[in-house]
Amino acid sequence: MQNQLVMFEEEQVLINAICDALYKDANAKAVLCIDKNGQAIASAGEVESLDITSLSSLTAGNVAATGGIASLLSEKEFAGQFHEGENTNVHISIISSRVILLVLFDGRSSLGLVRLRVKRATKGLAEVLEVLEKKTAENSNSILAEITDDDIDNLFND
Amino acid sequence: MSFINYSSREINCKIVYYGPGLCGKTTNLQHIYNKTNPDAKGKMISLATETERTLFFDFLPLSLGEIRGFKTRFHLYTVPGQVFYDASRKLILKGVDGVVFVADSQVERIEANIESLENLKENLEDQGYDLDKLPYVIQYNKRDLPNASSREELDAELNPNNVPAYDACAVTGEGVFDTLKAVAKLVLTELRKGQ
Ligand SMILES: Nc1nc2c(ncn2[C@@H]2O[C@H](COP(=O)(O)OP(=O)(O)OP(=O)(O)O)[C@@H](O)[C@H]2O)c(=O)[nH]1
Ligand SMILES: [Mg+2]
Repeated sequence: MQNQLVMFEEEQVLINAICDALYKDANAKAVLCIDKNGQAIASAGEVESLDITSLSSLTAGNVAATGGIASLLSEKEFAGQFHEGENTNVHISIISSRVILLVLFDGRSSLGLVRLRVKRATKGLAEVLEVLEKKTAENSNSILAEITDDDIDNLFND
Repeated sequence: MSFINYSSREINCKIVYYGPGLCGKTTNLQHIYNKTNPDAKGKMISLATETERTLFFDFLPLSLGEIRGFKTRFHLYTVPGQVFYDASRKLILKGVDGVVFVADSQVERIEANIESLENLKENLEDQGYDLDKLPYVIQYNKRDLPNASSREELDAELNPNNVPAYDACAVTGEGVFDTLKAVAKLVLTELRKGQ
């Protein structure tokens, strides 16, 4: 299967920690790490009231659309976006062309601070993503190989 | 592109409903949404025009149960069928794991179906996919209408390779879950094969 994304326990822990550190260091409301196809990977901060699945899908759609605009203009992918709201501001950036970092913040923080902290988190995330890519290439997904026809059929017997 | 998460023990897959304008893609998702238990679904998002035509996409996250301790999650998307939204359709196909082609059975929509299917193949090729190698099913929708073409005619025009095809009436829900189950099954089978 082309370009499959696989997440392992160790890397998940690292990514969670990076998001958590970014949330605290940037005085943010929340931080989401999203795969470019719209799957949520990690989150930190005040996320109980957020619909993470919807936010992830819409953010990925937004980034895809902006990327489409960039390529029509023969621009490289835009590095990021910023939306200013009355209560919540949104900072979006793309990491290693494969993962999206979404930072929600309010008056307790500032765009300058968020940018600065995102920069640091980006470096860390890029490193973890590189490791993940290598690991994925080396490991075959044994769980998938174990799945039987019956397992699949059983899923639909209701 | 499927996403296997060993940490949260989840398998995530993306299914795209494709087809000409007004063929009933959004209606499929609405029916699935309405008939699914609250704990197995997330919010349905529709980015639509004021006349309820899909503008960018519909999105519905679904959980189908567990396999070997892994939760299976399917993200269902529809594309906007109107011809001039082609750039958006391309974007939504990115990372697709399985495709449902929803055909409009009405006689006067046969050309539109053929064009849309061609467009699907082209857009997949642009992303390096081959429809013949992807989990793929066809749904013949609007079977309830008096001006529907015969199954033979539709098969001849749209299904030369004999992929699984289902009759449907998305407004009543007939055939909607058969279609979904068929494509989900193919996706999981393909995932396993890929290893
Ligand atoms: N009679 C009948 N009408 C249907 C059926 N399925 C959908 N419709 C109707 O067809 C119209 C268009 O349906 P949509 O689901 O919005 O079509 P769509 O494919 O999402 O269209 P776009 O978003 O423009 O691509 C609506 O009025 C539906 O109620 C069906 O099986 N039978
Ligand atoms: Mg629609």
